[in-house]
Amino acid sequence: MAKSIDVSDLNIYYGDFLAVEGVTIPIPAKSVTAFIGPSGCGKSTFLRSLNRMHEVIRGARVEGKVLIDGQDLYASDMDPVNVRRMIGMVFQRPNPFPTMSIYDNVLAGQKLNSKRMKKSESDDIVERSLRSAGLWAEVKDRLARPGSGLSGGQQQRLCIARAISVEPEILLMDEPCSALDPISTSVIEDLIHELKAQYTIVIVTHNMQQAARVSDETAFFNLSGVGKPGRLIEVGRTETIFSNPQDPATEAYIQGRFG
Amino acid sequence: MTTLTPTPESPGNRGAVDVQKELYGGQLPERAPLLVIGAAVVVAAALYLAAGVNLMLAALVVFAISLALPVWSVAVEGRRKATDRLVTVLVTSSFVLAMFPLFSILVTVIGKGTKVLGIDFFTFSMRNVVGEGGGIYHALVGTLIITGAATVISVPIGLFAAIYLVEYSEGNRLSRWIRFLVDVMTGIPSIVAGLFAYALFVLFFGEGVRMGIGGSVALSVLMIPVVVRSTEEMLKLVPNELREASYALGVPKWRTVSKVVLPTALAGIVTGITLAIARVIGETAPLLIIAGATDSVNFNPFDGRMASLPVFAYASQRNPGIPPEFSIDRAWGAALTLLLIVMLLNLIARLVSYFFSPKGER
Repeated sequence: MAKSIDVSDLNIYYGDFLAVEGVTIPIPAKSVTAFIGPSGCGKSTFLRSLNRMHEVIRGARVEGKVLIDGQDLYASDMDPVNVRRMIGMVFQRPNPFPTMSIYDNVLAGQKLNSKRMKKSESDDIVERSLRSAGLWAEVKDRLARPGSGLSGGQQQRLCIARAISVEPEILLMDEPCSALDPISTSVIEDLIHELKAQYTIVIVTHNMQQAARVSDETAFFNLSGVGKPGRLIEVGRTETIFSNPQDPATEAYIQGRFG
Repeated sequence: MTTLTPTPESPGNRGAVDVQKELYGGQLPERAPLLVIGAAVVVAAALYLAAGVNLMLAALVVFAISLALPVWSVAVEGRRKATDRLVTVLVTSSFVLAMFPLFSILVTVIGKGTKVLGIDFFTFSMRNVVGEGGGIYHALVGTLIITGAATVISVPIGLFAAIYLVEYSEGNRLSRWIRFLVDVMTGIPSIVAGLFAYALFVLFFGEGVRMGIGGSVALSVLMIPVVVRSTEEMLKLVPNELREASYALGVPKWRTVSKVVLPTALAGIVTGITLAIARVIGETAPLLIIAGATDSVNFNPFDGRMASLPVFAYASQRNPGIPPEFSIDRAWGAALTLLLIVMLLNLIARLVSYFFSPKGER
């Protein structure tokens, strides 16, 4: 479990529009890498290109390489469906399936793919995933109730449980706390700390304190102007980026002088 | 009307402004609307009972007198509130006017139709019946078979067309054409659909063909666009986030559509289909042409004429025989039965949307 990602010279386009340009970044295994930067600089776009989710949008395409364990995700014979099975994702807004119970939501990855499982086996997966997501104690007595009845923070942890129940190698999180209150946020940050023992985690956040708290590595993205492509400015150990950034733009952003 | 007079800022002059009057203004008594409408109804009722003016004129009198409310309001409350009252009167009377035909139909059909209702009416056909007696069994069976077959034809076509439009077309040229043609189809007169079905079946079976399934084809032509449109709207309402959540779990697109999108939209889709059925079940013209009319029960839609409720009602009223009253009564009975079926379908649609909609969002 847990693989590293090597991105080299990645350009991401929406139609003819170059959204992200020339990103080269190594993402180490079993660690948390945070992407920070102002709005519209392509952090989320870049994150979504790591499990080929950006292809859902029409006209989106990439140039360059994303290697996981030496395998290129964008090789012509690579099936995006398999890529997404290996690289899970948690979204900005909690999105449990409204037609499913809490139990079925956790098992959604298996159920939607019509995987046959014994009852004991699926019970195990549900309990293990909910325990990993720190939600088991709160919902164990109402697994048959609809997932949409939970609070926002609980729903987001349910979505995390759903993402890890399929045992991905890598977990991508797109601003997972931006719709949550501070208490739910801190619960999820603790969760991220625990999860990194098993998974490679990449997280996009607008909250620099959060990046400083949860991540081992931080990457700063920026764009030079409206309509220009976003770029990776610098990447390094989180302590280094926050205490001694190389690029003046990074320093300005971290100190809150813009963005 | 209030006029804004600049008041000096100094606190000493504050008392000069009548806060009570500035904020509240003049006001009609709370029961003013009730009073005016009540008076209008009393006057109209008196005219109707004593002077014998007809009902339409009496209703007009009620409307005219209720216009006194905004006039009164202008005098007391000022223009803004008077406009509000005027528009309220207009909107409410439009609503009452719209309810008029509905109630009139309900009262007439129920009043004239209940007479013949009974076990016999639903279990006997019209075979060898002259004068009194007989029933609508043959027409009821025909209507259920023809409409059922129409549903079986239109639902898959309509559903898949809508899925293509929302999930797969990505707004290409073909989808724009489909949308345009579906809109055009919505406006096709039902007689044209009947002629189409007739022309189609003549190609295979020759002149003078009469078949229940032909009626189903004609009804499908009317039903498909309604199903496509309503399903499309329902699929569009499914949040994109759910599709993305499913894709991110490594679920292929077709499973995402069949297991996430469709179940989420199911309640709305079923409601739309039920209303589409209710819409075509009362069609007369196309069935008159292609399904024909008969007095006997026919369970086979692929063989020969098939009766249906609307055609039965039409034929009973058109050729009542002698004496006519029994046949006319049966026509009203058939109309009432049709009305009951449509009401039942609407009830089912409501129940379905209640029980199938995603839990927690009711």
